[in-house]
Amino acid sequence: MTVDWSAFTPASALAGGVLIGLASGLFVLADGRVAGISGLLGSLLRPVRQWVGEKALFVLGLVLSPLVWSLWASPPAIEINTPWPLLALAGLLVGLGSRYGAGCTSGHGVCGLARLSLRSLVATVCFMATGFLTVFVVRHLLPEVIR
Amino acid sequence: MNRLLAFLAGLLFGFGLLLSGMANPAKVLAFLDLAGPWDPSLALVMVGAIATALPAFQLARRRDRSLLGAPMQLPARRSLDRRLVAGSLVFGVGWGLAGFCPGPALTVLLTGHGKVLVFVAFLLLGMGLFERLEASASHTSGGRR
Repeated sequence: MTVDWSAFTPASALAGGVLIGLASGLFVLADGRVAGISGLLGSLLRPVRQWVGEKALFVLGLVLSPLVWSLWASPPAIEINTPWPLLALAGLLVGLGSRYGAGCTSGHGVCGLARLSLRSLVATVCFMATGFLTVFVVRHLLPEVIR
Repeated sequence: MNRLLAFLAGLLFGFGLLLSGMANPAKVLAFLDLAGPWDPSLALVMVGAIATALPAFQLARRRDRSLLGAPMQLPARRSLDRRLVAGSLVFGVGWGLAGFCPGPALTVLLTGHGKVLVFVAFLLLGMGLFERLEASASHTSGGRR
């Protein structure tokens, strides 16, 4: 393993993480809800919507955040190199998997671990493992697909 | 007030994703690529987020109601079942293919990157498919599991 020190951004990563943690803490202490994005989004697709207001408004804040951000900061770098057919497949897998697994990076990886939930620890280990494995396969075993 | 704070929490969450680099799929994939030139930044995003959220969730666990009086709705399930493991494994494959998970994808939705629309459309399709499968499973078995 070689660390790419030129790409390492410890200060902004840590500060951004703190903001994510503050937002999750605010949501649970004010609204009594876990800031799990897949769960919030999934519940908005249900025919019966309970407490739809707070969930929908959290999601609205998230969606509008880059527009508010760019009022006083330069837009952050966003680079999407995955070809669109793979992005489509990825979206489908993320949608299905996060709902069956009852959470994603936010619900299990941040809020669940902060709740010291064993279920979330198991889920996080599982999705990190296949995340690492998938990138290894795509980038180092089938390089022609992506490059 | 509840709704205003929900909106502000979503906004703040988005700022965190943007500032940390978590909303940039190329940076996420550089973190997941242990065998390439590895960018460990996102490990610090997790550390910062969990350490900050931990006291709030420890307080939340001890309460029936939020500080504004809303019912405290923390997940009650404890079982380590096949759905949790299989779902999380599948989610990780999608995450590793795209470098997007649901939060960052929604955050990038309105930034004018056309490809994120494809991801979000299929994300919603996958979630909708889950709801359909759950509905038909509960019809045949006579109840939601």
